[in-house]
Amino acid sequence: MKDIYTSFQEAVRDIEDYSTIMVGGFGLVGIPENLILALVESNAKHLTVISNNCGVDDWGLGLLLQNKQIDKMIGSYVGENKEFERQVIEGELEVELVPQGTLAERIRAGGAGIPAFYTPAGVGTPIAEGKEVRTFDGKEYLLQTGLTADYSLVRAAKGDKHGNLIYNKTARNFNPMMAAAGATTIAEVEKLVEPGTLDPDHIHTPGIYVQSLIEGQQEKRIERLTLAKQA
Amino acid sequence: MAVNLDKATVREKIARRAEQEIESGFYVNLGIGMPTMVANYIQPDKQVVLQSENGLLGIGRSPYEDEVDPDLINAGKETVTASVGASYCDSAESFGMIRGEHLDLAILGGMEVSETGNLANWMIPGKMIKGMGGAMDIVHGSKKVVIIMDHVNKYGEPKILKECSLPLTGKGVVNRIITDRAVIDVKEGGLELVEVGEGWTIDEIKDCTGAGLKVHEDLYETKQ
Repeated sequence: MKDIYTSFQEAVRDIEDYSTIMVGGFGLVGIPENLILALVESNAKHLTVISNNCGVDDWGLGLLLQNKQIDKMIGSYVGENKEFERQVIEGELEVELVPQGTLAERIRAGGAGIPAFYTPAGVGTPIAEGKEVRTFDGKEYLLQTGLTADYSLVRAAKGDKHGNLIYNKTARNFNPMMAAAGATTIAEVEKLVEPGTLDPDHIHTPGIYVQSLIEGQQEKRIERLTLAKQA
Repeated sequence: MAVNLDKATVREKIARRAEQEIESGFYVNLGIGMPTMVANYIQPDKQVVLQSENGLLGIGRSPYEDEVDPDLINAGKETVTASVGASYCDSAESFGMIRGEHLDLAILGGMEVSETGNLANWMIPGKMIKGMGGAMDIVHGSKKVVIIMDHVNKYGEPKILKECSLPLTGKGVVNRIITDRAVIDVKEGGLELVEVGEGWTIDEIKDCTGAGLKVHEDLYETKQ
């Protein structure tokens, strides 16, 4: 029923130029590392990428940037990346900054069939420009639209062959909403198991949202290793 | 008399004062940077749950080397542990609990605060814009929003103003400002000085504040 790939190149083969893709992760945590690497190799260009961050210079979505595959980036914080800054200043890259909670909700709404919603975040700020403001119970709210994508690339700790996914700790972040908001969702899982192995009560993303899966091993790079002082 | 302290001492002083805003039983979001330091000073007799907007309710201490899990970070992207009784959620749910005003308190950093409680803390025109992250959502999502920052900028100019000069993060969102020199509340009719730091006088605070200050009546007796 689901496409189960053994090659990451194969898994992203259908992603064409000018596609809109959502990519899970917060910082480098929970990113589909191998799918991103394969997308770099595929050389699909003029992509619109929706992701909270844009990787770092030499890892994650930063690799797509370096290869000049991204035309437009929609995210909430893009400060960890020098190449990003250069491309914005040179006018090579368009950026839409969205408050993080609004971004999460726009993706959730997109996947849940909700075209738009009102949120207080951003009222009276630069991001309110051109947006409808409406007052409810004396408080102002901004109209924000739902987001969907041609492809969503997500990462989970475990997945079964029916597409059910379970995430690990804070690697969950944007992945579940993106899984639902992608017309085609490709899940990179650390461990792929047979249906019936995962407890149905513990599934974070029901399989209906996932079209294909591939098992792979991640480097899981750490951006800011912070340790407790040994007593 | 103005007081000169080194940067680390000032930060610790502000963080310790901010800790007093936290009551036992509170759910609290601490912003990135100096606000994160507040966690180091939470009194052990207080039961507090710290929320991290990337999907962790119950931030624990930093991990020992053998406890590091690359999948477990705070919103500042630092490795952390989860506290006993913690829970994880996705980003939409995390901001749902924020926007739905389920948190008791948010302590955030600031570049400028206006007398009506406007906050600017995410961009400086002409400089590279990195993004607002979760700040625009968090300022709307807590029962109380406390801003901690230096009283003046590096040129000695006030950061508390009649109107913010920088682009806003939120309009009318700040309840209290804690600086190295004073504690100021945002009230209906403007700003009210509620505490004056050791070594400072009421007049000195007024001089380095860019908006009118009413003085809380209790202060006159102790600080005049």
